[in-house]
Amino acid sequence: MTEILLPLISLLLATLRMATPMIFASMGGLLSERAGVVNIALEGFMLVGAFTAAVIAFYTHSAWLAAFVALGVGAFVGALYALFVIEFKGDQIVTGTAINILTVGAMPFFTKILFNSTGSTPSIPLEDRFNFEPIVLALLLVASLTYWFYQTYSGLWVQFAGEHPEALASAGINVRKVRWVSVILSGGLASIGGASLSTFLASSYSPLMTSGRGFMALAALIFGRWKPLQTCAACLFFGLTDALQMRLQGVQVAGFEVPVQFIQILPYFVTVIAVAGFFGKSESPKALGKVYE
Amino acid sequence: MKKTLAGFFLGLIFALSLTLFAGENPLYIASILFKSAFGSRYDLGLTLFYTTPLVFCGLSVAVAFHAGLFNIGAEGQLTMATLAATALGVALPSLSFPFAPLLALMVALLVGALWGFIAGWLKAVRGSHEVVVTIMLNFIAAGIASWFVLHVMPNPNSQNPESALVGSGYMLKDYDPIARFFPDTPVSMALIVAIMTAIGVWVLLWKTTFGFELRTVGYNPDAANRAGISEKNIKIIALCLAGALAGFVSLSEVMGSSGQFKIGFSADYGFVGIAVALLARNHPIGVIFAAFLMGALHKGASDLDLETTTITRDFSKIIQSLIILGVTSHGLWSWSNRRRKDK
Repeated sequence: MTEILLPLISLLLATLRMATPMIFASMGGLLSERAGVVNIALEGFMLVGAFTAAVIAFYTHSAWLAAFVALGVGAFVGALYALFVIEFKGDQIVTGTAINILTVGAMPFFTKILFNSTGSTPSIPLEDRFNFEPIVLALLLVASLTYWFYQTYSGLWVQFAGEHPEALASAGINVRKVRWVSVILSGGLASIGGASLSTFLASSYSPLMTSGRGFMALAALIFGRWKPLQTCAACLFFGLTDALQMRLQGVQVAGFEVPVQFIQILPYFVTVIAVAGFFGKSESPKALGKVYE
Repeated sequence: MKKTLAGFFLGLIFALSLTLFAGENPLYIASILFKSAFGSRYDLGLTLFYTTPLVFCGLSVAVAFHAGLFNIGAEGQLTMATLAATALGVALPSLSFPFAPLLALMVALLVGALWGFIAGWLKAVRGSHEVVVTIMLNFIAAGIASWFVLHVMPNPNSQNPESALVGSGYMLKDYDPIARFFPDTPVSMALIVAIMTAIGVWVLLWKTTFGFELRTVGYNPDAANRAGISEKNIKIIALCLAGALAGFVSLSEVMGSSGQFKIGFSADYGFVGIAVALLARNHPIGVIFAAFLMGALHKGASDLDLETTTITRDFSKIIQSLIILGVTSHGLWSWSNRRRKDK
């Protein structure tokens, strides 16, 4: 009995661990996209968070402080994104791409100044890192976001900002402000996702450590049809493929070795099938990507 | 045009002034960038080598844009195309010049077009957003390429993540006046092909019925529908075309220089291609110059590691991204005007 149960439990835990950064990021993406702002900058936000948290945890020996600072810095980068897409009316996809390129280029700039290297930050000792807390936080976040979204007025504002901004404006709510707040929060949340990468899953920041997780969070968001619980489920599914991928390395199935790369691309493949509408229609918020004048 | 240039310089100047934080003189950094990009025949050769794929990717993004589509998938398209060209060269090494590189290019263009077709078909028939699909296809392409290169045709003589070499008949080197003019650099006559292609795309878009239809679909889909132009077909063909244009990168990378698929060979060509198209305001001829600028920036930054103690080659990414931000934020100018009026 135990020989079946133990690997299952360890697989379940690994799934939760791998899904945690993506849950944070996809909830951030959810906020931004439900408010009508496309967010392919999640990858960049995550990278910023991973780096900030690793630096703060290294200097202060406090993972909690690191997560808080990452939240703040991520919110700042989110505000930068909001400034360009909401006020300067930059194209959301182009600007998001620019933010992603900017963060990839900016991180070595800072590591060079701080640690005189363009590679990883120094590693953080085990006792200064998170053990399990981010998993709990991530699940709490999904629960509270679900409640907020469907049960409060301000949650409805966010939904209307993305579905029907004119209706929201005629109710006397400032659409721009709602979008600003959503995008700033989105930066902060995705950044915490990044922080959980460098202070929970790994022990330091290394260049490009997000390795597409921001895009995967975006994929989960679309796969989960822009709804909090489904999106979280999609993250768990992607986490499972991540966890399986490590376990399946070198395993033979019917005399054929499953290439790791094929399991790695599974989430992206599933997302393409999902947006193609083969699992039922996946409809984006109606005003997604449209500039509100 | 004025705003584009102003945005460009705003981004460039802002990026350069960031070097103050690292204790460097921005003017000095600018002079290094310039010297390293154009300082010698060797430097210029490398700059032109980076320019070549950027022209193709810029054209790829621009063509899709004229049809009202955002092709963020040039990276995946060029990856699949380069993989296909390499695979052919490794599988049939005995083919000879000029048939071999021509065939390899044909195969590459076909595979690039196919990769674009997936996104185009999903967009036209299933209504899937092309941005999401092409982002996912980029990752799928990277996964397939990494598996194929490492497990199916790895280089037996090297530990590096790269494929085996293609047959010597595939290489342009011995017949290549551009390569001869810039000795020891990887630049090839793919550069000439790039310029010709840009002119070809211009003719296609502005001097043919098909180009008119394509631009109509992008500019005013309703009018296109009423005029009996099939929006679906045009969108599918536009993304196939975009994929094929990105596929040309294989000519410069495999047949023109390395003769193999090196994992990570692309310096984000597909994404910088977005910046190139943006700077050129999607004009095919403008793409040539924008690609040259971006190529020069990339090459220029490569010497920053040696010339300064604090700034690294990654600085080119900062400059590129700030230029993109400066050029795309066309609302910046009206926003600052409005602010002035408010005061």
